[in-house]
Amino acid sequence: MFLQLFDIIFYFFATVTLISAGIVVFSKNIVRSAFSLVFTFFGIAGLYVLLNADFVAVAQLFVYVGGILVLLLFAVMLTQKISNLQMKITTLHPIIAIILVASLIGVLCGIVRMNDWRIITISEIPQSTAQSIGKALITTHILPFEIISVILLVAIIGAAMLARKSEKKS
Amino acid sequence: MPEFLTNIFGKTIIVHIIMGAVPLLFILPYALVVIYVEMKLSSHMQNRVGYMRTGWHGTLQPFADIFKLLQKENIVPAEADKILFSLAPFIVFIGMYAAYAVLPFGSGYVGSEMEIGIFYLLAVSSLVVVGILMAGWSSNNKWSLLGAMRSVAQIVSYEIPAALALLGVVMLAGTMNTEMLSAMQSGGMHEWFIFGGTLPLWKKFTIIPFMFIIFLVYLVSSMAEVNRTPFDLPEAESELVQGYNTEYSGMKFAIFYLAEYGNLFLISAIAVIVFFGGYTSPFGKFLSGGVWDVFWFITKGMLLVLINIWIRWTLPRLRVDQLMYVSWKVLTPFALVGIIVIGFILVV
Repeated sequence: MFLQLFDIIFYFFATVTLISAGIVVFSKNIVRSAFSLVFTFFGIAGLYVLLNADFVAVAQLFVYVGGILVLLLFAVMLTQKISNLQMKITTLHPIIAIILVASLIGVLCGIVRMNDWRIITISEIPQSTAQSIGKALITTHILPFEIISVILLVAIIGAAMLARKSEKKS
Repeated sequence: MPEFLTNIFGKTIIVHIIMGAVPLLFILPYALVVIYVEMKLSSHMQNRVGYMRTGWHGTLQPFADIFKLLQKENIVPAEADKILFSLAPFIVFIGMYAAYAVLPFGSGYVGSEMEIGIFYLLAVSSLVVVGILMAGWSSNNKWSLLGAMRSVAQIVSYEIPAALALLGVVMLAGTMNTEMLSAMQSGGMHEWFIFGGTLPLWKKFTIIPFMFIIFLVYLVSSMAEVNRTPFDLPEAESELVQGYNTEYSGMKFAIFYLAEYGNLFLISAIAVIVFFGGYTSPFGKFLSGGVWDVFWFITKGMLLVLINIWIRWTLPRLRVDQLMYVSWKVLTPFALVGIIVIGFILVV
């Protein structure tokens, strides 16, 4: 019973992710592609939840849907006349594309094959993910954490500077 | 409650579906009551009587409104993007309803006791943002698009002070689990997080002013997140007709309306969980447990909803530049200072 239910939910999220990702790529309307990305992110978050990675799932929603996607939609909508523009979805350089896609698939398959997958039981999954992530961030991974925060700060200051400049000119 | 239901139905999946439907049984009657209260209260604040004709003092008016909306024709503009246009109200509603999963209505009824409850609440509300943008863009109407843009810009910028304010309490409590947060304040009114929780006495007195500051920051920014009047630029009637839902009619409009009122209770409920003891009784053990939990949760939530309504009908609308000023130059610095001081007090 449990396994069946689990499988049904897994295939549900997997189909949602794949179909919406297909729409993102094949739709000729750029705004529809952007909106379809919501469901892709949502499906991936669902798959994370199924893997008992609740923090990653919520972070996925928070960062991608709440941040990046809204920004993307804003950019797409503020660009004038773009809603009438028909995107070209034909292949321009088939040979280069085939080489790149083939090598990407090769690398991905290689990782899947070569990685030593470890199967853990439910009892091995830590109960409080948020707490252990927080601890790891300020102990073992403090340096990358600080570097990322400095980079983000630089980006914020840069964005503010750019916005200020254009204001002066106009 | 789940065990008792499992005994009746046998299968856990049915129990999950029933548990998932419970908040809906609350939202529907709640919306009817609040719509009536809001209209009546605003009328009296403006020195008029408001609804009087349908039923005693117009009590049947919300039902009449619902039936009217049900009967209305469902119009989709000819030039609209039909799929997205039909999808948008449901996305907004799902974003609102998904957040109810972690609201502990009582010690017996908690949808999901996930470890990261508060974080989840902040994350799923971003679905509402996407839904609003979808509605504004697919209507193919300049007013709708402008309204949606304003709404999203507003929600995104006020999410920051709101999240920072909630972070202050999370630091104090040491957990993001909404059920745990409520249970930690069960000692009575003096143990509410707005009064410093269960800290030793001197720490409590130094922390109280800062807890009040972050509560006010949360109150203001949550009001902005539901687009209500001091912050109702997205649907400013005099400028934008009706904002992102201008083109909607009938049931789809009703769903937007319901989502708006559902969000109103949601932000009040978050404030209740985080600052005012959640479902616990304000008198400690007195009148607590079972149905009383649900009673206290809904009463506290409704009081905050009432405060929201009161503010809505008191203050005029902000200008766009004032809106951004309040968020970035007032609320965010205050919330940051609050967090830093609370952190110091906790560490000392």
